[in-house]
Amino acid sequence: MSSNTESSVLNAPPKSGTRWLWFHKLSSPPYAYRTSGVLRPWFLWSALILMAIGVYGGLMLAPPDYQQKDSFRIIYVHVPSASMSLMVYVVMAVASAVGLIWRMKLAHALAAACAAVGAWFSVLALFTGSFWGKPMWGTWWAWDPRVTSELIQLFLYLGFIALRSSFEDTQRADRASAILAIVGVVNVPVVKYSVVWWNSLHQGPSITLTKSTIDPSMLWPLFVMLLAYALYFAAVMCDRLRVEILKRERNASWLTDIGAK
Amino acid sequence: MSEFLDMGGYGAYIWPCYALTLIVLVGIAVSARRALAAEHTRALRRAQANQELST
Repeated sequence: MSSNTESSVLNAPPKSGTRWLWFHKLSSPPYAYRTSGVLRPWFLWSALILMAIGVYGGLMLAPPDYQQKDSFRIIYVHVPSASMSLMVYVVMAVASAVGLIWRMKLAHALAAACAAVGAWFSVLALFTGSFWGKPMWGTWWAWDPRVTSELIQLFLYLGFIALRSSFEDTQRADRASAILAIVGVVNVPVVKYSVVWWNSLHQGPSITLTKSTIDPSMLWPLFVMLLAYALYFAAVMCDRLRVEILKRERNASWLTDIGAK
Repeated sequence: MSEFLDMGGYGAYIWPCYALTLIVLVGIAVSARRALAAEHTRALRRAQANQELST
C-alpha cells in the first residue's frame, strides 16, 4: 500500500480476504486516531482506580517485611516502573520492526510515541532503586549489573530520542531510529536476568511463573500496581500516538473532519 | 498519623519515591495532553489553509 494516500487505504477493500481486515483498519491513521480518543478515558480511569487500591494496599494493609521492615514498601512504585521501562522498550522495538518490514507509518508513530514515556519509567526505576539501595545496601549508587544495565536502558531511550531529533525528515528519522530500537532490544533480557547471571547486590527475582516467595498480603498490591501502570501507559500512549499521527498526516483531508467536531 | 509517616524510620526513603513517582506520572500525562492540544490546533490551521487554497 502507498504510504501517502491514507484515505484510499481506508476505503480500499483488503486484497487478501477479510482475515486482515482488522489489520488494515487499525493501520489506518484516521481510524487509529479516533479509536485512541475513545479508549483513553477507559484506560485512564481504570488505571487511577487501580493505583488508589494498590497504594492503599501497599502502604496501609500490607504488613512490614520481616527483614526489610517498612522499607520494602518502595517495591510498589519501584517494580512497576522498572518492569514498564522494559515493556515499553519491547513495544517500541516491535513497533519499529513492523514499521520497517511492512513500511507502516502508524507503527513508526507508535514507536516514536513510546520513547519519552519509557525514558521516564527508567528514571523512576533508577531513582526509587537508589532510595531503596541507601537503607538496604548502604549506598545510593553501585555499579551493579542490574543498576548499570538499567542505566543503559535509559541511555537507549535517550539515544533513540536524540537520533530522531537529528533528522528533519520524519520518514528518515523513523527508519534510522527503528534500527537503533531493534538493536537495543538485546539489553532487555540483560536487565531482566542480570540478577540471575551475575553476582548482584540487587535481590533476585521474588516472583517467578512457578512460585513466589512473597506473602499474598504483600503480593496483591504489587500485581494491582503492575496492571495500573500498564493501563496508565496505555492512556498516555493514546494521546502521544495522536500527536505523532497529526505530525505525520500533514495534508490528509480527514483532518478537517476532526476539526468540525 | 505521625507513626504512619515515619514508616518505622524509613519515611525519609519511602516518601521521596512516592512523591517523585506521582510528579513524573502526572507530568507525562499532562505533557502528552498539552502536546496533543498544540498539535491539534496546528493541524487544524493547516487543514483550513489547504481548504482555502483549493477553493
